[in-house]
Amino acid sequence: MFELLGISPPVLLGQLLLGLINGSFYAVLSLGLAVIFGLLNIINFAHGALYMAGAFVAWMLLNYLGIGYWPALIVAPLIVGAFGILLERTMLSRLYHLDHLYSLLLTFGLALIIQGLFRNYYGISGLPYQIPPALSGGQNLGFMFLPNYRAWVVVASVIVCFGTWFVIEKTRLGAYLRAATENPTLVGAFGVNVPLMVMLTYGFGVALAGFAGVLAAPIYSVNPNMGEQLIIVVFAVVVIGGMGSIMGAILTGYLLGIVEGLTRVFYPEGSAVVIFVIMAIVLLIKPEGLFGRPA
Amino acid sequence: MAMTDNTTDTPHEGESVGMPTLHKIIFAVLLAGLVALPFFVYPVFAMKVMCFALFAAAFNLLLGFGGLLSFGHAAYFGGASYVAAHAAKVWGLTPELSVLSGAAAAGVLGFVIGSLSIRRQGIYFAMVTLAFAQMVYFVALQAEFTGGEDGIQSVPRGDLFGLIPLADNKALYFFVLFVTFGGILFLYRIVNSPFGQVLKAIRENEPRAISLGYDVNRYKLIVFTLSATMAGLAGATKSQVFQLASLTDVHWMMSGEVVLMTLLGGMGTIFGPLVGAGIIVTMQNYLATFGAWVTVIQGVIFVLGVLLFREGIIGVLARWLKRSL
Repeated sequence: MFELLGISPPVLLGQLLLGLINGSFYAVLSLGLAVIFGLLNIINFAHGALYMAGAFVAWMLLNYLGIGYWPALIVAPLIVGAFGILLERTMLSRLYHLDHLYSLLLTFGLALIIQGLFRNYYGISGLPYQIPPALSGGQNLGFMFLPNYRAWVVVASVIVCFGTWFVIEKTRLGAYLRAATENPTLVGAFGVNVPLMVMLTYGFGVALAGFAGVLAAPIYSVNPNMGEQLIIVVFAVVVIGGMGSIMGAILTGYLLGIVEGLTRVFYPEGSAVVIFVIMAIVLLIKPEGLFGRPA
Repeated sequence: MAMTDNTTDTPHEGESVGMPTLHKIIFAVLLAGLVALPFFVYPVFAMKVMCFALFAAAFNLLLGFGGLLSFGHAAYFGGASYVAAHAAKVWGLTPELSVLSGAAAAGVLGFVIGSLSIRRQGIYFAMVTLAFAQMVYFVALQAEFTGGEDGIQSVPRGDLFGLIPLADNKALYFFVLFVTFGGILFLYRIVNSPFGQVLKAIRENEPRAISLGYDVNRYKLIVFTLSATMAGLAGATKSQVFQLASLTDVHWMMSGEVVLMTLLGGMGTIFGPLVGAGIIVTMQNYLATFGAWVTVIQGVIFVLGVLLFREGIIGVLARWLKRSL
């Protein structure tokens, strides 16, 4: 039936898979942005730079300390998260009483610094990072070849996304978090340490970016510029989904990855801009975003 | 929504009567200095500063007086430079018509993107404008008339009104001076018009402006379009100076740079963006050999500016002098 459109199933499915993988990154990154936005009401412009930093930390762990992929999958996000906490404590927390646009400008400056430093020391040519042996090779599904690592990226991102969703929506900790989103002063009055929660939330959101970076390292070459284009697309994803709901951020991420993949099949020239076009349409029809609450 | 610290914007009497004497003096000194400048420094450098000063002033109209943070102003600056370069090179238009067509194209683009972007507020507005600018970037990268990675090169400078050749740097300098200085005075006039007063009211308290009966979205769209047009005027002029339109001008870094210039000089001040543009362009000029360190330094200025120095240079000066600058 695919032949009807003049496109062979392997090509279509191949692009769908590629789209799903991109979607996995969109989902993890927009989830991180949504988690941070929920409690801090800021947009973390440094998210793309920290995603890049996650990939670099994984590369450094391997090349300087001999720590492989699997430990790096845990350690690198922790390092990036700790760095995020440092940024939150020393800088971001000073801006909470001001207009939130200042936090956007601050994190933009931080993104420039992080990216510039990596570019100085590692150039822009990109560093290779091997696929871990356990995940090399692939499966022949008959109609297409599925590389193991790519399947793992999708599975890992789904686990992390839905794990985060579960913690925020279904546990007591998540309930505090959601309550603090609604009314931080009242939650503080009940004896919950809100500043601590804000700090850890920012750290967690940033760690998600670091995690996505480690996942990306074996697929894309580890490169100081890997986050800069991605983050702008993720911003569009966030505008389309609306940051009101965690599940919305996740689903929009996967969905747009797939839409982008399909566009690459049917109209390759449009694949770079399709997400922005969808954003324009969503702004016309439902300005608060697909899952957003009206302002 | 108030983006400025509100120290520099104390209403002063005599505003309605015309330009305060202090501003008249500053503009006159500035003009005299700029007329003399090409005899002392390399005219191309001075022209670059003037183009960026107009760009930053246009951006400041939107952010400093309209309270709207656009993170995609490179789209209008760079978009106009492509149109102006194309007009001069392919259509063979005279310089003034090329520049005007660039500005007009930026205005149309600004109207379209603005009418979509103002549907969201605050942080979302910034993200939407950035995303649309990235879309313009991809179009510039892929479209045929923009020349992709090469850009549009060796754009002819042409003859002003078909009469005066602008090939000489000094001749071009006075054309650029006229356009940019005129543009900055025009922006000044807008800020100090009744329209500008309503803008400031919307910036300070949007719900109240609505309750007073102002059609807030109309004002936002007009100021967005005006700002995009003037940013386009700057970009179009720059393409004539460097005889080049390239991806650098539509890249998100350019959007960030104009924010930095405005922040450094002082948001919501008249002269701040001009000072900020001068400093950043000079810095880039001297540090060009340090490569990626320029990015790091700009990032550091951003961070320090936001944390410690939100009023900007002219903002602080205005507070000391107790004058609106």
